[in-house]
Amino acid sequence: MQFGILVNEGPYTHQASDSAYLFARTAIEKGHKVPRVFFYHDGVYNASRLATPPQDDRNVGARWSKLAADHGVDLVVCVAAAQRRGITDGVLGDNFRISGLGQLVEMGIQYDRLVTFGD
Amino acid sequence: MSDMDDMDDGSGIIKKFMFLNRKAPHGTVYALEGLEVVLITAAFDQDVSLVFTDDGVFQLMKGIDSKGIEVKDFSKTYRALEGYDIEKLYVDQASMDARGLTEDDLIVDVTVLSVDEMANLMAEQDVVISF
Repeated sequence: MQFGILVNEGPYTHQASDSAYLFARTAIEKGHKVPRVFFYHDGVYNASRLATPPQDDRNVGARWSKLAADHGVDLVVCVAAAQRRGITDGVLGDNFRISGLGQLVEMGIQYDRLVTFGD
Repeated sequence: MSDMDDMDDGSGIIKKFMFLNRKAPHGTVYALEGLEVVLITAAFDQDVSLVFTDDGVFQLMKGIDSKGIEVKDFSKTYRALEGYDIEKLYVDQASMDARGLTEDDLIVDVTVLSVDEMANLMAEQDVVISF
């Protein structure tokens, strides 16, 4: 099955991006496909390469980047939400890209399921 | 928003998208940014339904004035939805009752549904996105 994933909250404050990551990784391990993850609202903060969490904690942004590198997941950050919050191409982590909301709608149209993580 | 006209993912597929608006219009950004997704989805010629439930019913309330909190008032956008061919607006009866609201208090025409009717409508959808 093809899953699209929508992440609506930022890292650390909220569990949404942790749950989204674990869901995506597990789905892939079970043989499903996660072609794209879309980051909206404060979810765009997942894409910042400037975050430097303590060594003994998970690195949420880097973890997404690795998932994309290992499995070809397309990490898309909403341009309008990103501009409001100061997330620009200059601060994007590896394998993230900025694009429009159409990329979210496409997930709903083309994939078997769209799963939202947020409040 | 003219740049959003005639978007197409090339597949010709039309799915039923339901947007579940659960939060008050101000206080958080969810209602405003949610509305942006609704408009884009309509530009993709999808079958769009909007549901207002819980504090989301306040999004449609008459007389919103956000000047005092110095935040943009986007409530006019709800009245413009018809122009985007978005005509399926549903409101949860229990949420209205709990907040002392009736249809006369709302800025647009809506269909008021019971919880059971809402559940049936939800079950018919291909995609449900909650803001």
